[in-house]
Amino acid sequence: MTPSLEPISELKLEGITKRFPGVLACDGISLQVRRGEVLALVGENGAGKTTLMNIIMGLYRPDSGSIHVNGEEVHFHSPGDAYARGIGMVHQHFMLVPNMTVAENLALGLKELHHFMNLDIKGAAKRIREVSERYELPVNPDAYIWQLSVGEQQRVELVKTLCLGARLLILDEPTSALTPQETDDLIVRLQRMASELAIIFISHKLNEVKALSDRVSILRHGAVVFNGQTANHEPSELAALMTGHDVVLPRNEGSGIQGEALLSVQNLCVRGDRGNLVLDGLSLELRAGEVLGMAGVSGNGQREFADALAGLRPVESGQILFGGKDLANRTPREIIHAGMGYVPEDRQTEGIVPSFSVKDNLILKDFAEPRFSKMAFLRKKEIDSNAEVLKERFDIRCPSTSTATGSLSGGNIQKVILAREISRGPKALVAVYPTRGIDMGAQEFIHEQLLARRREGIGILLISEELEEVMNLSDRIAVIYKGKILKVLPAVEATRERLGILMAGLADPDSPGDEQAEVPAGVVHE
Amino acid sequence: MNRNKILYSGAIILAVTFIAALLVALVLYSIGASPLATYKTILTGPLSDLFGVTEVLVRSVPLMLVALGIAISFRSGILNIGAEGQIQMGVIASTAMALAMPHAPKAILLPAALMAGALAGAVWGGIAGWLKAKLQVNEILSTVMLNYIAAQVYTFLLRGPMLDPNELETGSGTPQSMRLPEMAFLDTLVPGTRIHMGLILALVAALLVWMLLWKTTLGYRMRTAGAGAKAARYAGIPVERYLIVAMLMAGGFAGLAGAVEVSGVHHRAIEGISSGYGFAGIVVALFGALHPGGIVPSAVFFGILLIGADMTQRSASVPANMVLVLQGVIILSIVSAQSFLRNPYAQERFFRWFGKFSSSARKAGKGAQS
Ligand SMILES: Nc1ncnc2c1ncn2[C@@H]1O[C@H](COP(=O)(O)OP(=O)(O)OP(=O)(O)O)[C@@H](O)[C@H]1O
Ligand SMILES: [Mg+2]
Repeated sequence: MTPSLEPISELKLEGITKRFPGVLACDGISLQVRRGEVLALVGENGAGKTTLMNIIMGLYRPDSGSIHVNGEEVHFHSPGDAYARGIGMVHQHFMLVPNMTVAENLALGLKELHHFMNLDIKGAAKRIREVSERYELPVNPDAYIWQLSVGEQQRVELVKTLCLGARLLILDEPTSALTPQETDDLIVRLQRMASELAIIFISHKLNEVKALSDRVSILRHGAVVFNGQTANHEPSELAALMTGHDVVLPRNEGSGIQGEALLSVQNLCVRGDRGNLVLDGLSLELRAGEVLGMAGVSGNGQREFADALAGLRPVESGQILFGGKDLANRTPREIIHAGMGYVPEDRQTEGIVPSFSVKDNLILKDFAEPRFSKMAFLRKKEIDSNAEVLKERFDIRCPSTSTATGSLSGGNIQKVILAREISRGPKALVAVYPTRGIDMGAQEFIHEQLLARRREGIGILLISEELEEVMNLSDRIAVIYKGKILKVLPAVEATRERLGILMAGLADPDSPGDEQAEVPAGVVHE
Repeated sequence: MNRNKILYSGAIILAVTFIAALLVALVLYSIGASPLATYKTILTGPLSDLFGVTEVLVRSVPLMLVALGIAISFRSGILNIGAEGQIQMGVIASTAMALAMPHAPKAILLPAALMAGALAGAVWGGIAGWLKAKLQVNEILSTVMLNYIAAQVYTFLLRGPMLDPNELETGSGTPQSMRLPEMAFLDTLVPGTRIHMGLILALVAALLVWMLLWKTTLGYRMRTAGAGAKAARYAGIPVERYLIVAMLMAGGFAGLAGAVEVSGVHHRAIEGISSGYGFAGIVVALFGALHPGGIVPSAVFFGILLIGADMTQRSASVPANMVLVLQGVIILSIVSAQSFLRNPYAQERFFRWFGKFSSSARKAGKGAQS
């Protein structure tokens, strides 16, 4: 459909090496992928996956090595060149213009639609319909991007890439921002598409890799350390190959000793970005020394709840009692001082200042504490040594702690935030999707850290869509639905099925009557 | 890593200057002047004798002070286009202060006059900061409007209440204030020239601004507010408050520049005293990469341009306004280069290209590292 010389049937990389100041991001990587095949690329945070893909797309030039399409060596200077040979990429962060429609977003990238003084939006819409029918990827060309959920935007990115003529798809962590339902849906669609296309699939979730891919390659420190047929290897085996040791995600053994109520939220009402009531009388209690998991389909008020707890969103009515004080509508400063920690969902612009160095981001909340400042002057030595210690302890992969945080790999940015929030020693910690985009080894470590803090007696509110994670770590699980807590149940009684039904807003199938006592006031049974 | 960054910014700024110079050369050529001769006069003329050098420094003092303030405001995320008005307010206040206490000793009068200037500038800048923080008024609009108001107030005062009575009785009616008492003068550094203590003041200010921004918690707060407002709020930094603080400081430096011009150079308030320093200061700040260490040389460089332009006007009949054209072109080039500076892919390309010179060294290191 689009100017490609001949449909791509094979992509081959030979000895790709790429060095950044202070890091060897790719170290002699050779790979091959053919039509009709899904190659999964896995590896620790900072292993060089995204960099390698950016090299294929012509965004970076390799220091050495060569790229071959259908046996012929190519030199791409821009993504346009890669698209011309049928290679397209969906990036880790979406690249859509929010206040434009789907069709307009496509038209931006398609030169043939640009006629003199006239942009052929209808042509773009037509092409979108063709592609979305052919690959069974339903999208509405006239919808505005900002109206779409993350999952739908993901689908738009896919359709856009296909419309631009890609027959080899590179998907960089396409599922990290999706709900479990959206993820399953995407995997099924990709499986269907795989017969006609070639796909390179990057993910930290090894069960997805298992479900979708034919072959898997593992990167470590920029080098391929393993190639194999996916069918022959279990996810746990892959995890061990990836990290160099067996990965055992720790479980909350639940001693059952919980402290007194630490945080008590009563009848909280909060408005969302569009002015509607997103939290509508939410009540919840977090005790000292427990992990309270909050399960729910994203968009049911989780983000707004976390924002309100951190003082970043006005509270319409209701109370947030923390250590005997009502923190509703207090400033973030007061809330931080009261001992609340917060790992926000948006790590790129909220959790860090991208242009600041790693060490400066690690003191973002504590720079004014006596530990890091004296008489209004920053104590450089303390700041440096703090950064070195945390870098070591949390295994943050960066050339040095003076590197700009924004240039770190996605997972390592997340580690910077977690290192700061956990090491500050808060009384309560609100963690939203804390392990999104983090590799298996780091996930194990983060989980251990959270459980260790729990043993020390801090209360942790864990907001996550990963049922696995919630069930592993929590003492109790609260299910949020449409801005209310539908039910709070002990983690030992939770099963995937039962949570799934609750998250869909349906009545609890096996709710014994005596559990009412567990449920705080204001809970609605539907 | 850091060395690389400085290298990179330096190379970009040199490239920007070069492109700007080429564009202006085109303009010069089109008005029938010889670009080479003009550039030669501009760049070498001012430095050919001691007097020229001191005049360059005289010009660089207000540029430095204004640019330091601009750097504080830009770093804190607010674009101060209002230095021109803040300078004028500083001139009025310091003149009024000096004239109000004609018999005070120098140790009191001089600091009081300078402080008054800084304070008035701070208030004028603070208004824009307050409007932005409390009412979300775009600071570019408000500072430009405040420039107009300041210009009118300035003209009114110099032609009315503050007009030198002697001018009315015996003089030509030139709109200017009375001469300041000598106790309010900044001392001359080199006898027989106009270079004054203000230069030392500006250099000390540069050091203080560097310490403020990079060594203190206040500077950390301000830079965080500027570099990532969302993250700053998340970390408990009240971004709005620091917008106001930044504008108070930026205005204060501009007001101080006005006061220094009065007590160091003109010794009275005259019309056109700011002669565009408020806008040139923006270029100086950007050209100096919003860093005191860059602003000091950059201010001297623009001092050379200003004096040089005067010379070409006389020698090569090229209008001195060409410097304004050059400033405009440099702003445009720097702003476009900024997007380049921030793009990691472009950075990578630069280092690739640059790395070719040292590729053999890299290969030697490669075996050692892996
Ligand atoms: N533009 C850049 N400048 C300097 N270093 C970079 C740049 N881009 C990436 N790096 C470094 O290269 C290494 C590989 O990064 P990359 O983003 O490819 O990792 P990744 O495998 O995609 O990790 P993740 O799973 O966390 O996304 C990291 O150490 C990173 O800090
Ligand atoms: Mg990546």
